[in-house]
Amino acid sequence: MAAPLTLLLLVAVTVRAALFRSSLSELISERVEVVSPLTAWKRVIEGLALLDLGVSPYSGDVFHETPLTIYLFHFLVDYAEVTFMLADVITAVALYMAVKDYNKQVFRKQKFALEADRYPLDCLELIRSPKEMYYIPLKVAMFYLLNPFTILSCVAKSTCGLNNAIIALFILSTIKGNVLLSAIFLSLATYQSIYPLTLCAPALLYLMQRQYIPVNFRRASFWWFIVQYAFMYLGSLFVIICLSFFLLGSWDYLPSVYGFILSVPDLTPNIGLFWYFFAEMFEHFRLFFLCVFQINVFFYTIPLSIKLKEHPVFLIFMQLAVISIFKSYPTVGDISLYMAFLPVWSHLHRFLRNIFLVSCVLLACSALFPVLWHLWIYAGSANSNFYYAITLLFNVAQILLVSDYFYAFLRREHHLTYGLYLKRKDGSEATLVLK
Amino acid sequence: PNIQQGRQRCIYGEVSPTEAGGGSDSPAPKPAASPPSVPRPKDDFQEELVIRPLHSGDIYTSFQFRTLWETDFTRENKVSHYRLFPKSLGQVISKFSVRELHISFTQGYWRTMQWGQPYLPSPPGAELWVWFQDSLTDVDGTWKELTNVLSGIFCASLNFIDSTNTVQPSASFKPLGIGNVTDHQIVCTENLTPWKKLLPCGSKAGLAVLLKSEKLFHSSFHSQAVHIRPVCKDDQCKTTSWELRQTLNVVFDLHNSGQGKNEWSLFKMFSRTLTEACPVASSSKIYIDITDNSQGEQFELSPATPLLSQAVVLGDRRTFSVYDLTQQITFGTMRSLNLLIRGKSSDMLRPLLHAERYVAGYGLQTGEIHTLMYNNHPYRSFPVLLLDSVPWYLRLYIHTLTVTSKGKDNKPSYIHYQPSKDRVRPHLLEMLVQLPPNSVTEVTLQFERALLKWTEYTPDPNHGFYVGSSVISSLVPSIVAMDTNNSRERPLFSSFFPSKEESSYFVRVYTEPLLVNLPTPDFSMPYNVICLTCTVVAVGYGSLYNLLTRSFQIEEPSPGLAKRIANIIRKMRGVPPL
Repeated sequence: MAAPLTLLLLVAVTVRAALFRSSLSELISERVEVVSPLTAWKRVIEGLALLDLGVSPYSGDVFHETPLTIYLFHFLVDYAEVTFMLADVITAVALYMAVKDYNKQVFRKQKFALEADRYPLDCLELIRSPKEMYYIPLKVAMFYLLNPFTILSCVAKSTCGLNNAIIALFILSTIKGNVLLSAIFLSLATYQSIYPLTLCAPALLYLMQRQYIPVNFRRASFWWFIVQYAFMYLGSLFVIICLSFFLLGSWDYLPSVYGFILSVPDLTPNIGLFWYFFAEMFEHFRLFFLCVFQINVFFYTIPLSIKLKEHPVFLIFMQLAVISIFKSYPTVGDISLYMAFLPVWSHLHRFLRNIFLVSCVLLACSALFPVLWHLWIYAGSANSNFYYAITLLFNVAQILLVSDYFYAFLRREHHLTYGLYLKRKDGSEATLVLK
Repeated sequence: PNIQQGRQRCIYGEVSPTEAGGGSDSPAPKPAASPPSVPRPKDDFQEELVIRPLHSGDIYTSFQFRTLWETDFTRENKVSHYRLFPKSLGQVISKFSVRELHISFTQGYWRTMQWGQPYLPSPPGAELWVWFQDSLTDVDGTWKELTNVLSGIFCASLNFIDSTNTVQPSASFKPLGIGNVTDHQIVCTENLTPWKKLLPCGSKAGLAVLLKSEKLFHSSFHSQAVHIRPVCKDDQCKTTSWELRQTLNVVFDLHNSGQGKNEWSLFKMFSRTLTEACPVASSSKIYIDITDNSQGEQFELSPATPLLSQAVVLGDRRTFSVYDLTQQITFGTMRSLNLLIRGKSSDMLRPLLHAERYVAGYGLQTGEIHTLMYNNHPYRSFPVLLLDSVPWYLRLYIHTLTVTSKGKDNKPSYIHYQPSKDRVRPHLLEMLVQLPPNSVTEVTLQFERALLKWTEYTPDPNHGFYVGSSVISSLVPSIVAMDTNNSRERPLFSSFFPSKEESSYFVRVYTEPLLVNLPTPDFSMPYNVICLTCTVVAVGYGSLYNLLTRSFQIEEPSPGLAKRIANIIRKMRGVPPL
């Protein structure tokens, strides 16, 4: 499998290099769908220029990257293109290896369940074979590297690519079972943007499953493992934050980075729901709705963990999707990360109900975003409502996609327990509903 | 939202400050008549009017009223007896520990290329510069109170000046200290009346009778200002006295006010003539600039006057005809003076320093500010200090700053940049640039336009937002070397910026204010937006809630209505259902 992967990497790097050299790169770096005030490359350069002028980059409101990012780009600013291409490659390779390992475990569990006769007889067609699972890792890498959203994000030099790389490394180390590395990468991801904090839950569930610790509140081993993981995670987070303090000599970056993510002062349009909502918000209710929207991102962790405690990797997928849809400054780079996981659930396609509608809406919205932006900002013949409407539609489509996959997953689990061809009391074919 | 602002056109600008009150050239203050029992501090009032015909046919008139008072506002026992100095301003100085104050209200933009350099530059709109005493601790609180008090005194809405449009520059405005500047105002007739009230004679005697608002506001350029500063009495500066200067600069248009004829008179310009000088004034004079009229062939003055005066103004030696209003003979037999100036003045010298500014780019996302500075001196180069204060909603990117002269890169030798904080303070950029001789220097800076909250827009959001003028200060080499004889009898208008060097003079140029459009949200939609966005969030919540709390079950078809009713009756009878 190394050869096809290498070929894929070469193709991806070529496409990106070709776009870097063309005149489109300038155009793409200005698109609001691809870059946000948190991740724009122009702002990184501005922060470096402010440092050169002797002014702290956090004294103004233009720069919102973490100090480690400034430090990194202080040395790498001349090799920026190579850095971002390398980040994409690392993400793809990490996801490839993670999914390969995950598939092995899925197949092994399936084998044990088959030998223990746990599946009803008529659902043998739902059982997965190695042949169909052979190409999934390559498909995952391909879905990530050749996704137009990822390519746009890389060519715009959005630092979202670096965030995706860290999250992918976290997923790899979790699936390989390395507790320390998983905690370190998760703390780095949380340090960059606060939302990956919710990925703690699936990481804990997966690692406990791997180490055969039962997920039971009354067991001491459960709490002991949580304490260990929390210690490693909080310790590395503390080290990173103190390191950032010593890099620039002040705590200015805390309100500039985390205060900015949480309080959303900059209302630059993007593909998310926050900007127009808070542009039109009555001042009296601003704080209330801000809290509601931010809690909304973290709110689904516990219920999803309870329902999906046997399937932590699907939980990671769900969490990544919820973060990408409901975070304060989403970009297409965030979307491409959870979309890379879709080939892993390709066996669910027979239970998906809305996939045609969702893919049509996503394609149409992606095409309409630049058109309506142009009409609003440059032609002056439309107004902000047009762009806002497409934002709404795009987010509804993403929500439908995620909930559709969730439905299909749960349904397949139901069939694996109760059988595929269900009959009603009178012997006719049954329909399954959620009650 | 500022409802008052929406009615009139908002214009941005700054005030001309001064250098630390050194080297004053004022004559020794005349002791005022006072009863022998109470020793009163000495005060003195002078008034003058300078008229300069411009080569385009317009005419430039500049009034200056100066009150000098030897008193100490910072002393413990408060000053209680005010004679010539207005009480309201005296109380402002002592209450707010003000060391220097300059406030100006301007309507119109000074066209340097057509009119030459003004005696006192001022930016469009209103501007307020204040230096506080060193003993002051709470500058921000005092600033707020001071702007509110001044709004009351001048009937101007200065209370919109707050931290979002106030800056503290480090170098452009000397003396270094805590100086605050602000922007934007509308100038109207209500501002002239309180200004006139501050004069000792009011508008009843002396030159102030000419200040009638109908004619004054029907002009191309109109600027009134108040400057308060301490000045030294003598060369050693052992004692200081307070100087209050009230200036009014007006440029009358040839076609608007002059009806196209090259004939100007006091009556035509102000619809009044002069009958007497202000009784408390120690000197009351009118100066007509006749430098370009050496043989009398360009224009003629009537009534004729034998008095002549020469002064070096803005680096140029000028000759003036003088009318002394304290002499009764000036008014002639009619007991009224109506100056008549017939004819045109010749071409003027090109000003040495000149600047323009404009916004480039298209669309509502990004833009570029271009500032052009012209150095018209044939062989000398000189440094200029450029001060730019840009509001926070135009996010500047300092790494895109380029300075080019004659096509080549010209790196500034000093840059002080303070980035803005959203909704707290504006950008501040100060640069020292060397302008090569006979060249144009272009400074470009890219910016991004922010989307504001719907309550932060003005009532007319599609009009755009104003960006204040940038200030360019410089010591320009003069054409004629300054007179080394430090004579005391110098007209007021030549002595506002005394310069230390003999061969250069201080010039301050203001650029045009800019008008930029920002993208606007739809203001009629707050309820709709809240509903629709919450609906989308609810769709997500609803689908996930369903999938989390419900499980799959086989659906049993429910029996028809007749069967259901039959089953209910059977249950009541105690019989098993169908």
